[in-house]
Amino acid sequence: MAAVDDLQFEEFGNAATSLTANPDATTVNIEDPGETPKHQPGSPRGSGREEDDELLGNDDSDKTELLAGQKKSSPFWTFEYYQTFFDVDTYQVFDRIKGSLLPIPGKNFVRLYIRSNPDLYGPFWICATLVFAIAISGNLSNFLIHLGEKTYHYVPEFRKVSIAATIIYAYAWLVPLALWGFLMWRNSKVMNIVSYSFLEIVCVYGYSLFIYIPTAILWIIPQKAVRWILVMIALGISGSLLTMTFWPAVREDNRRVALATIVTIVLLHMLLSVGCLAYFFDAPEMDHLPTTTATPNQTVAAAKSS
Amino acid sequence: MAEAEESPGDPGTASPRPLFAGLSDISISQDIPVEGEITIPMRSRIREFDSSTLNESVRNTIMRDLKAVGKKFMHVLYPRKSNTLLRDWDLWGPLILCVTLALMLQRDSADSEKDGGPQFAEVFVIVWFGAVTITLNSKLLGGNISFFQSLCVLGYCILPLTVAMLICRLVLLADPGPVNFMVRLFVVIVMFAWSIVASTAFLADSQPPNRRALAVYPVFLFYFVISWMILTFTPQ
Repeated sequence: MAAVDDLQFEEFGNAATSLTANPDATTVNIEDPGETPKHQPGSPRGSGREEDDELLGNDDSDKTELLAGQKKSSPFWTFEYYQTFFDVDTYQVFDRIKGSLLPIPGKNFVRLYIRSNPDLYGPFWICATLVFAIAISGNLSNFLIHLGEKTYHYVPEFRKVSIAATIIYAYAWLVPLALWGFLMWRNSKVMNIVSYSFLEIVCVYGYSLFIYIPTAILWIIPQKAVRWILVMIALGISGSLLTMTFWPAVREDNRRVALATIVTIVLLHMLLSVGCLAYFFDAPEMDHLPTTTATPNQTVAAAKSS
Repeated sequence: MAEAEESPGDPGTASPRPLFAGLSDISISQDIPVEGEITIPMRSRIREFDSSTLNESVRNTIMRDLKAVGKKFMHVLYPRKSNTLLRDWDLWGPLILCVTLALMLQRDSADSEKDGGPQFAEVFVIVWFGAVTITLNSKLLGGNISFFQSLCVLGYCILPLTVAMLICRLVLLADPGPVNFMVRLFVVIVMFAWSIVASTAFLADSQPPNRRALAVYPVFLFYFVISWMILTFTPQ
């Protein structure tokens, strides 16, 4: 006679019981985060994770902590690893862009908007748009400035696109790399420093460049005063965004080092915008020059004919 | 010994019976067919098809591919929600369009000034690397379109812009001036809108709905850059 007990289904739903049976197994559970393998590839989260959550008193710090641990569990040579960096919805990208345009004092961009979900979509496509915005606006502006001149032949200046791309992408990736390295180094010396991960810094820099897209389009206006006012406004907004993001990170450090870091960040930002303005956009006074060069030719021709 | 509380087909008997005891009494009635054949009816025809394309003339092969490309051109020019472009993707059409566009857009190499229009290689690289980047972007955002299908759609939707380039070239043979520029601007804007509508009709469905705008924006940027290159083309 068959026993009823032999015919009962074995219950697989309980992670606890199966873990007691086999403690090394990796279980995946929908409700709670399961055990993830501890040997993750070097995603530079650092030991600062617990400290910044305590310091800034985020009330869902538990959730972000656990989600952060759960996310990057694929090895870096699979496609899924890179998909975790594009895990944003449309409204989230819009929210981040709005947050970068309106920096509120006291609100940290990383804590408020990025929340341990740094994405590469924003930085990459904002930089691509900025490259083309600068190149196209520069071309248009030069065309409008030199419009009435007889000696001016319009050229599309396509080479400037590749130069703009090199500059913008180098800025958006190398400066965060340098800043991250610097913060890691200070973190090893002064234990209380809040440190951001490399991708979060890239994310902040990428979104802070968004203000330059409308600025580049408005730089078409060939008035020097207007252009410099635009530079000041854009630098004010994105500079304050970067300052408010990185001030908590260096606040605990030596006063002079902290100030020097913030000043360097803002200075590099200013260098980028002024450099782009100077290189891609001709100065508006140039349209006065060709009329003065035209008249000597006429006088020479008149002298020759007489 | 196991005792069944109730056995099937026997509600309310008082005497306990062991489980599955009544199984041997069940017989399958004859009107339920439980036998058949497993054959693939198309198999022999496919084999004939394969060997026949090997022996056909070169003209037939080329005409078949050209007809497929032409059919997809028609689908781009009149975009409806069909998935012909997706199902039978090929990259011949995009290659033909890209080479045509790059040949027409390149600047005269004898007049190689520093800051002119793009070279052939630059246009080619922009089109192909732009398409690859957009495809990677839409796959990373979680779209379920395959790599080459997306390349195929993006390449075929350059067709309206190639037509715009041809028209601009013809218009530029006339006198230069603001009217000339206005005509070219109008043509390029219309064809740009057409490209966007055509590619969105094919690509938008493959994205998750809360990320559709994120996937469509790079397509917009891509065609905008190509339209800009077409609009600013000046013959030397």
